[in-house]
Amino acid sequence: MAEAVAFWALAVAAVAGGVAVFVVDSMARATFALLASFLCVGLALLLIDLAYLGVLVVLMMVMEMMIMAVFMIMYMMNPAGFMPMTMVHNHRGALAISGAVFALLVAGIFLTPWPARRGVPAADPTRDLGMSIMGPKMLVMMVVGLAILATIVSAVVLAADRGRYDRYGDRPRGR
Amino acid sequence: MSSVLAFAAVLLALAYGAAALRAVLSPEGAGAARPWREAARPLREVARLLTQRRRRTPLPDTTLMRAGIVTLPVVAALAGVVVPLGGEPVADLGVGVVWFNAMEVCGWAALWLTGWGANSVYPLVGGYRFLAQGIAYELPHMFALMAPALGAGSLRVGEIVAAQERVWFAVTMPVAFAVYLVSALAMAFWGPLGQPLGADVAGGVPAELSGPDRLVFLAGRYLLLTVAAAMAVPLFLGGGAGPLLPAWAWSPVKTAAVLALLVWARGRLPVVRVDRFLAFGWLALIPLALLQLLGVSVMVVAGG
Amino acid sequence: MGLEAYLLLAAALFAVGLYGALSQQSVVMLMMGLELMINGLLAAGAAFWYFLAPGTADGQVLLLVVITVMALEMAMGFAVVTAIFRARDVDTTDDAGDLKG
Repeated sequence: MAEAVAFWALAVAAVAGGVAVFVVDSMARATFALLASFLCVGLALLLIDLAYLGVLVVLMMVMEMMIMAVFMIMYMMNPAGFMPMTMVHNHRGALAISGAVFALLVAGIFLTPWPARRGVPAADPTRDLGMSIMGPKMLVMMVVGLAILATIVSAVVLAADRGRYDRYGDRPRGR
Repeated sequence: MSSVLAFAAVLLALAYGAAALRAVLSPEGAGAARPWREAARPLREVARLLTQRRRRTPLPDTTLMRAGIVTLPVVAALAGVVVPLGGEPVADLGVGVVWFNAMEVCGWAALWLTGWGANSVYPLVGGYRFLAQGIAYELPHMFALMAPALGAGSLRVGEIVAAQERVWFAVTMPVAFAVYLVSALAMAFWGPLGQPLGADVAGGVPAELSGPDRLVFLAGRYLLLTVAAAMAVPLFLGGGAGPLLPAWAWSPVKTAAVLALLVWARGRLPVVRVDRFLAFGWLALIPLALLQLLGVSVMVVAGG
Repeated sequence: MGLEAYLLLAAALFAVGLYGALSQQSVVMLMMGLELMINGLLAAGAAFWYFLAPGTADGQVLLLVVITVMALEMAMGFAVVTAIFRARDVDTTDDAGDLKG
């Protein structure tokens, strides 16, 4: 009972945060509305035995959203939302499409004959996950690691304005 | 329930002790006729801030600012629930180390929100400085947390303490301990890593805070520093183990020692510019922490 | 509270995110829409693991990948925005239509 109440409260808060992202004028508030939505989903994961992944979502998303806030405020005019503004195209079409997709998904959720549950969660799902990615699923971890490295390098190459021949000041080694 | 009360009492006492020690060691305190009487200065400061009239800046984002201010002490307390500070921890979570890390990262949001909300340039500069500092300290911090967890083969703080029965992790993994202490200074934006609150930006993040707002923010900072010091005890200093005194007494004693070291460092070490710390963090601390992890892994494989 | 409840949450998050991704002109806001959609996937993936196949850790590994993808998407997105903003002072999708292949 308490779990159901907690879940629905978190679910409503998560969706409300998601809606708020596109409603509020202030970019700072939009960022933190999105963060609130993530945190609610992270906490909802805690309700279904995913202690590690739930806490990991909290950890990752706080860091990610704080970095995101820097860019949001850098690239939006009127970041504090002192003047109301909307920057949307095809508002009606987007509403219709996303509404239709939602209806379709809901229909699918309730009409699909979901298979019966196979197995029960391990006593410690975290340990299960660790043994899995360091054992049979190690290839996944290696690919993820490589993808992260490739992203770091390419993001820096794309975003940096200084190349290897630019330097600070007059000294030849001033980088 | 009793563990919650004990935790709150010990945490508050240690945080006040840190504030009192800082008052004694600060330039004003050291210059006073009877420095030890300065230990009561934080109390006078509390009374002053509680009665101070709030100052307002034009067009503040008060909601976000208050959210940031309140977040700081709240996450410090939440991070502390896995630390066995007064005997038993409030909650010995299976993912305790990750929980501590996740709560402590929420401090990023707290600082940036506080800096943003005042609609004033110096707090905002301070908030951005802390984000840069966060990028510098967070990865070494994570690797330093990982080393004891790896050594004990568990993310549960209780099991990490149990794994140090024979020898403390501070002895077997000194580099991780050192990196952890640096990151503790950084996460509480304290002393040499206190540039987000630097004098060059008129006090940085809390520059526009006044009255109870300022009180909650500064108290939250002391709580964060205390919790950071307290976590070093189960991770590296053998938790409650020690001769003569019982376990519930050793944890606060060791925490107080680490805390005193951190507070003392504030008056002894120069403030490091954030961009320099960023280079130091990525070019020195991360490789060192990774090498330490390699060493711990070899130790674990060889030992078991 | 069961599989359907979690999937409903996931569908709602996905739809809201989809609206944002389709309607926002600013690339930054568009990316927030994408993040919301991935957030929905996270909820759905967790529910599928717990309510359908909790016996193995495969579902958890998938979630780990989703979380990583989220971070990578954001990093690359902002790198592209930064590059195009430097080159042309542009930060809306309508002005960058020539990027489509």
